[in-house]
Parts: sequence; C-alpha cells; structure tokens
Amino acid sequence: MVGGAWAAAGHRPVGQSQKDGDTVDLMEYQAKELFAKHGVPVTMGVVVENPEDAHDAAQRLGGRVVVKAQVKAGGRGKAGGVKLAESPEDAVARAGEILGMNINGHIVRRVLVAPTADIAEEYYFSYLVDRTNRRYLCIASTEGGVEIEVTAHENPDAVAQVAIDPLVGVDEAKAHEIVEATGFPADVADEAVGVIQKLWTVFVEEDASLVEVNPLVRLGDGHLDALDGKVTLDDNADFRHADHSAFEDKGAEAPLEAEAKAKGLNYVKLDGAVGIIGNGAGLVMATLDVVAYAGEKHSGVKPANFLDIGGGASAEVMADGLHIILGDPQVKSVFVNVFGGITACDAVANGIVNALELLGDEANKPLVVRLDGNNVVEGRRILDDAHHPLVTLADTMDGGADRAAELAESSAPSDRS
Amino acid sequence: MAIFLTEGSKVIVQGMTGSEGSKHTQRMLDSGTSVVGGVTPKKGGQTVDFDGASVPVFNSVAEAVGATGADVSVVFVPPKHTLAAVVESVDAGIPLIVVITEGVPVSDTAELFAYAQSKGTSRVIGPNCPGLISPGKSNAGIIPADITKAGRIGLVSKSGTLTYQMMYELRDIGFSSAVGIGGDPIVGTTHIDVLQAFQDDPDTDAIVMIGEIGGDAEERAAAYIEDNISKAVVGYVAGFTAPEGKTMGHAGAIVSGSSGTAQAKKEALEAAGVKVGKTPSETAQLMRDLLEQ
Repeated sequence: MVGGAWAAAGHRPVGQSQKDGDTVDLMEYQAKELFAKHGVPVTMGVVVENPEDAHDAAQRLGGRVVVKAQVKAGGRGKAGGVKLAESPEDAVARAGEILGMNINGHIVRRVLVAPTADIAEEYYFSYLVDRTNRRYLCIASTEGGVEIEVTAHENPDAVAQVAIDPLVGVDEAKAHEIVEATGFPADVADEAVGVIQKLWTVFVEEDASLVEVNPLVRLGDGHLDALDGKVTLDDNADFRHADHSAFEDKGAEAPLEAEAKAKGLNYVKLDGAVGIIGNGAGLVMATLDVVAYAGEKHSGVKPANFLDIGGGASAEVMADGLHIILGDPQVKSVFVNVFGGITACDAVANGIVNALELLGDEANKPLVVRLDGNNVVEGRRILDDAHHPLVTLADTMDGGADRAAELAESSAPSDRS
Repeated sequence: MAIFLTEGSKVIVQGMTGSEGSKHTQRMLDSGTSVVGGVTPKKGGQTVDFDGASVPVFNSVAEAVGATGADVSVVFVPPKHTLAAVVESVDAGIPLIVVITEGVPVSDTAELFAYAQSKGTSRVIGPNCPGLISPGKSNAGIIPADITKAGRIGLVSKSGTLTYQMMYELRDIGFSSAVGIGGDPIVGTTHIDVLQAFQDDPDTDAIVMIGEIGGDAEERAAAYIEDNISKAVVGYVAGFTAPEGKTMGHAGAIVSGSSGTAQAKKEALEAAGVKVGKTPSETAQLMRDLLEQ
C-alpha cells in the first residue's frame, strides 16, 4: 500500500539538488497535517517515539490499530514497517519492532499509531510538476492501494493523466474533468470533486512539487479518506513558508552531510577514497566520472564524495570544504577541480593556500589541484610559490583525476585488491 | 549570425543596481555587449557609471523599451521578485528574457512560462542558468567572455561550469553561440528549442549538447535529433558514477518513461546517431574528429 509517486522531485540523483532547488520530503503524519489544515479528510492517529507510548495511543483509538513507520522513504509496507496491532499491548510490541528499523537507509525514529479503517475501495491520486510539458499533472486511478507504476505499465487505461494549466489551476470544472477521466464511482463523485480541489489547495498554497494520496479510500460509510499521504515541498519557496522549517528532519542526516548543509555546501558522501571538490554541480559530477574512470587503472579506487563549493571559492569556503572531506576517514587523496569562470583562479589558489593554513595539522592528505580559466597563470604561480608539500598541480582535468586516483591507490594498498 | 543573440541585440538588465546585477553588467559591457539600460523600480532617472559606459536606469521595463528599443532582458532580481519581473518583460514585449536568478520556486517558473506562452511574443531562458553568449557579438548573462572566440560550433547545456569547461576544451575552434538553459525542473527554453535554432543557423556547423542525470530532457532531445537535426551533434552526459537508488520517483517515471540515469541518456543519444563522450575531453575530441572529416 505504500509506493506510488514518492519523490517525483525529491529523490534526485547526486548533484541535482542544488540545480533543481532543494526539496523536502514529508513523512506521512506531516503530510496528513497539511491535508487536515486544508480540509482534506484524514484520520490522524498519534505519533509516538517510544514503544510504551503506543499503549496509551492505541487505547485512546479503540485498541485495534495500525502501527506505521514514519520515514522519508517509500517501501515501508514491504519492509515490514506497517503492522496491525490487535490490542494496546500488541501495539507496544509492534512499535518496538518497527522503531529502530532501517528502511531503505532511513532509521525509523517515530511511528504513527492510527485507527484501523473500514475500507470499501482504494483509489490513487496525485498532483505533480510535469517537467516535460512544463505545467502540472494530475495522475489518478480507481485502482489504488498498489504500486501505481505497475498499474500504469500493465493497464495504462486504468490510470488517468489530466494536464493542469498553471494559470488556471484546478477549479470546479477541472475537478469534474478529473473525476470523469478517473472514473470515480457515481456515489463518491460529488465528494471527490471537493476533495480534489482541497488537495489542489495543498499543492499550491504549500508550494509542493508532489502531493500524493495512495490510497485515497472510500470508507464503509461512503465517505472519502486520505489514508496515506506523501508530500514533497519546494525549498525554493521557503520564503513564503516560515512554518515549513519544522518539517526538516535534521537528526536523520548523516553527520558530515548535516555539517556541510549548515555551512551552505552541497555535499553527498559516497563510498570511495578520492575526495572531490569542485565548482558547479555539472562540473563536479563530471569530475566524479573522470575520477572513477581513472580509478579503473588504479585498483578501482572511487570518488569519496560529491562536493560543490559553488561560485565563490573563497578561502573560508575552501577551508570548510576541505575540513568536511578530510573528516571522512575513507579519504586517501583529494582532487580539487575548479574552472575559474566568474571566480578568478588566483582567488581560488589563495583560497587553497589559506585553507591549508587554517586547517594546519588537520590537512594531512595529498591534494591534487587543477585550475583552468580566468587568471589561471597567476593562480598556478601562487600555488607553485607556496610550495606546500601536500599540493600537486595538474595541467588537465584528466591528468589531475589520474594523479589523485594514483595517490589514493598508493596510500591504501591494503583495502583494495 | 548566431542564435537568439547577435551584435545588434540591445540588452537591459533587471536588477542592474544590485551587487550581482552591477558586477555582471560591467562584464557584459567589457565583452562588447550593447547594454542600453537597467530597470530598478523607484530608481528611474539615475544613471550608473561603469568602466567605459554610463547606463540609464528606468522604473519599468516598458519605460526602458520605449526609451531604448531594448529587445533582450537579463534578470538578476531576487527569487521572490522573479515572477513579477518576467511578467513585466513579457508585457513589455521583450522577445528574449534571460533569467539568471537561482532559487525561483518551481510554481513561479511554471506560471511565468505559461504566461509567456500565452502571450506568444517572448522566449524565456532559465531560470537558474548562466545565460547565453555569441562570442565576439553579445553576452547576456554570466558566461565568461574570454574563454573562447567566435567560431562554428553551437553549444547547449544544463550546467554552468561544465559549459565553460567544454568551451575551453574547444576554444581554438570557437563557438557561434553557447546557451546555458539551466537545470531546474521547469526551464523556459529546452535542449530541443536550442537544437532547432542551431539547425536553422547558417553559421553553425556542428553542435555539442551537454546533459545531466535526472528528468528525460536528453531522451526527448535524442528523439528530436533523429527526426529533425541534420547537423553533426556530439553529446556529453554528466553523472555516470552518481549512486543508484536516488533516482526519479514513480510518478516521474510514469510521466517520462525514463529512469533518468546517465547510461539511459547516453543510450538514447547514441541510438539517435549522436556520438557521446565519456568525459569532457573525450567529447571535445569527438567533435574535432567530426569537424576534420
């Protein structure tokens, strides 16, 4: 019952986050809070962080409950993160099993204790940004509760796709169009028109790039209920939403990534030995590729991280970047690959020299630096004159990647075959 | 010739009096661009002195267009004002609006693009892009003008610094125009738009297309190239070694039908007859080989 459009914009590949603008994926209970705020029918339940608290929660909800892992990852059901509990005691046991679970790399730190629902039918519903057509899209199906991409593949006619003009949005007429295209049963059609408009309000007023309800259910009493929800918010719109900062799950981030984020750096930890610093997401991604190819000739060493220091590349930014990379014990060498576009290479070179001074003894891994572009001659001269024992200059991106891979290989012979 | 931007282009800068706006206005002027005005509400009537030029400031785009005949606007205003700034330029009938601003909410971009489409008189490039340059002629945005000279290669790219890298790799051959379209979920001008413009440009002999993981713009460009582009195209896609498991989600895949990986993009481009380099330097070599044939 989990699945669907989770993270249409949220789970982007490395390096995309800065270019796309960051997004924030919400947990189910947070999504439901936004649904409730805009009048979408939901059954909230109680969020608890330790098993004992599940007892009270279950008791208040009538004893028989569903215990659901709250993580920013799909596949909860399959991973065993959603369990039925027959009694308050049972709820404590189930919560104990689920809390601390690792679901696709996310540690479960809280569970939602929710009342069981009397489900008559399950539907699928979502709004998302349609990158291809540069507008919005509604995807809906009366065959919900399953993985919608499977339905879309096996029975495309069962999945309605309705384009939404950003200048018009979802008004009553559009809501009727969606209901008709989806084929909602006649007895829920009127209510669906209202719910669909309220979900649109969530999408627009909260600046979401994805709002998904899977399943949207028809209860035994005939009314609709958003039984599970996923919302991805657009960080770029945070200036309109002071309240959205409450949704950040700071504690769940890896420590180095959290530190980088606090310093305004775009860092993603990977599993290799060559630390990477570059400017611009595209160039840094290309640098990872070039280092990985070079590594094929050097015992298969791989890039240790993605780190985009952006356009500035001042001494402070460079020092922050090096500090984070050298904090990764797997790193054996560092490749600094900067193309001086707006930033002049002499400023970058001074940044590196000053950063190494600021870091002192902490700077203990060899650094290969490749500079090109604006003021490159002066930049290289500054690094030459500094004669720093750790720094090697490379003439080209390929040459620098090869040297950095070679250095990582030679300093880590034992853990590579 | 060149595409979108020529020596006759008259450029205004929205947000010229801000720090980024003034810094890059100076750089645009230095590279020979005809910057005819700036727009900052409530600062109309002032002039800003740059090294080598004195540029008038107007209260509105319409006023600037009336006084100068401007036909390009470069937008440096902060994200929260970008939508209004672009709408103003569309309403003033500016044919080319280049949005440099990073961090524009995607809903604002969706709206400004839909608005420009509804009027049908403006092309928007960006947001969150380095702009475009026709070397030796004009420069609208933040691409360094001194990397390369005018030549016969056209370049279209999602990425800023990777654009500079590729221009640098092929600097001895030179470029007719280089267009940074930006990598936001919604962009005003796509790879396809730029490819077609290069196809139609008699001064462009061959095209370099740079893509990145995510979305399916490269796959759609590949299909377009197969049917519509007769000029030689060389491609590069960044992100082959980006870890798996962080790909586009389910609804995204339904919409696009693509996994968004670099490998998928490379295969799509190669199937369309585009040679794809593994690295920027290899890509540059592929272009050299093509031009020597």
